[in-house]
Amino acid sequence: MNDSKRIEITGRGIPLRGNDIDTDRIIPARYLRTVTFDGLGEHAFEDDRKALKAEGKVHVFDEPKYAAGEVLLVNKNFGCGSSREHAPQAIVRFGKGIRAIVGESFAEIFYGNCIMLGVPCAVVSAAHVNDLMAAVEAKPEQAVSVDLRTKTVSVGNLKVPFEMPEGARQQFLEGNWDTTGELLAGKEEIQKTAQKLPYFADFR
Amino acid sequence: MGKTLYEKVFDAHTVRKLPSGQYQLLMGLHLIHEVTSPQAFSMLEERWLSVLYPNRTFATVDHIVPTASQLRPFKDDLAEGMMVALERNVAKHKIRYFSLDRDEQGIVHVIGPENGLTQPGMTICCGDSHTSTHGAFGAIAFGIGTSQVRDVLATQTLSMAKLKVRRIEVNGKLSPGVFAKDVALYIINKLGVNGGVGYAYEFAGEVFDNFSMEERMTVCNMSIEGGARCGYVNPDQTTYAYLKGRTYAPSAENWEKAVKYWESIRSDADATFDDVVRYQGSEIEPMVTWGITPGQSTPVLGKIPSEGDVEASERESAREAYAYMSFEPGQPVSGTKINVAFIGSCTNGRMSDFEAVIDLIRGKNFKVAPHVKALVVPGSQKLRKEMLALGYDKIFTDAGFEFREAGCSMCLAMNPDKLQGREVCASSSNRNFKGRQGSPAGRTLLMSPVMVAAAAIAGHVTDARQLFGLAN
Ligand code: SF4
Repeated sequence: MNDSKRIEITGRGIPLRGNDIDTDRIIPARYLRTVTFDGLGEHAFEDDRKALKAEGKVHVFDEPKYAAGEVLLVNKNFGCGSSREHAPQAIVRFGKGIRAIVGESFAEIFYGNCIMLGVPCAVVSAAHVNDLMAAVEAKPEQAVSVDLRTKTVSVGNLKVPFEMPEGARQQFLEGNWDTTGELLAGKEEIQKTAQKLPYFADFR
Repeated sequence: MGKTLYEKVFDAHTVRKLPSGQYQLLMGLHLIHEVTSPQAFSMLEERWLSVLYPNRTFATVDHIVPTASQLRPFKDDLAEGMMVALERNVAKHKIRYFSLDRDEQGIVHVIGPENGLTQPGMTICCGDSHTSTHGAFGAIAFGIGTSQVRDVLATQTLSMAKLKVRRIEVNGKLSPGVFAKDVALYIINKLGVNGGVGYAYEFAGEVFDNFSMEERMTVCNMSIEGGARCGYVNPDQTTYAYLKGRTYAPSAENWEKAVKYWESIRSDADATFDDVVRYQGSEIEPMVTWGITPGQSTPVLGKIPSEGDVEASERESAREAYAYMSFEPGQPVSGTKINVAFIGSCTNGRMSDFEAVIDLIRGKNFKVAPHVKALVVPGSQKLRKEMLALGYDKIFTDAGFEFREAGCSMCLAMNPDKLQGREVCASSSNRNFKGRQGSPAGRTLLMSPVMVAAAAIAGHVTDARQLFGLAN
């Protein structure tokens, strides 16, 4: 499947500053009262957006100049807290749809959830995140490009390296980040492993 | 060279190495609840897949269950819709379900251990980050996302990378009035909220050796607050004694074989760790969080750190916390007025958590301060019944606490128990994130159940050791 390959993702950036942004902030728990992921996009960061509005400020997700953003730029420990996949599901459904995230570091479960959705998370140094954000803030209309072949993020004249586990990078490049099929292929081995475990056959 | 429990259990459950370099890992126990499973079942059905090992998955409801009345249909249509979806899915796929009308129902991380489902040497997953709780039994237990729930339903396996292992030893003894919750908050304060990313935590040392299973669960529960996806304690006689006789624990005739396996997966004496840190139990004091991450905490008699006291990289976060919480740097945390007190959750909603409070208030004339709304919420129906049988509900209600039905309650904003406006809550739960307890401006101070009770009675944060006359 060609369209599942993630080779180079290019789109406008959204600079979202702040460390330790947890998944409760990305999508408040009241929106988890649902049996689908539909419609979550509009509620992304809802409480943060409202709180800023009340102070007469504007959240980046409400700034018209970032409305067409497809590459999210974040700081440290992004997506910590609850394992809710609703968080990345809300992000990919926001506006035009976020297709890649670039940040200083990511919480582990969030990072894994993004892989499962085909959203690469590129890890760059703190200084480089700052440079990228500054570049986007200065000129929001210029595209940010996340190139998985060269492991670089570029915007305008700025080009910085990013890190990503090799396995995940290959999954994206080859378009096989959707794991179910691959796991099912190991069915016989699954049974063998299960049989070896002393407890697996049944409880008690 | 010896191996850690983590490596042994990981190896025993490895199906094969995947082309991505990750491992296909078999899951021994899969727990599901109403919030993170409906989309997984939909994805499964879209792909015409069925559940591979339905007898290794158990379901319950916890997050959306109202704790004032569990009568169906729920007043909240959305919550009712989630119930209906879960009921449909478990019936269709023949998954055992601890429904509202059963004693086994309760918070998923309380009922797994309570019913003996959680056992040493297992791999355990659930679409819930506090699955780390189950590590207290010497299991590798971690939270997963909904797409992974789909994978586990379809294949009983996950694609996983191997974590590094950090051994965290707490030696010596804890002082009176210092609890497992304080140990958890202390560790997170020391190592930071993302200090555990990439690691599994092995908790060890005399303090953990002497801990009950429930105390071990409290600390493992909060591994994720320190960034570690899983945390565990090696199984020992305390573990086995807890499990013996529980509904799903190995029966008498299988017991010895089970213990043999459990003993075999303990970390070897000469195991090597990627990192080791050691703390002294005597240095730990009752802890209170003052900020918006679980790492922003101080001993109850301490002060809210000023910007200069925190590391440069944490300053911005501290500024955000002062503003959100309306605290001044350098201000003592003790004396902070509270509006709500909550004792419950998968961190501290078990019998010993409530008994610790009961022991201090029984027969005394302590009363919840008039301006405080105080909730006591058992983690499961079974536990609630046991508390009723012991008359604990009466002791709590006489002292001015509300005694509720089982559920997640005020730990998160998915059921009717929520903070209003800028209310401040002394809470025995695990997260103090902005808006976590239901009001976008609500403020949470995390602490042990005994500290919550002290705050409820005093009306403000106070040192429980002084209020209850615990020897210092
Ligand atoms: S008690 Fe809180 S942390 Fe635990 S499972 Fe429920 S909502 Fe999650």
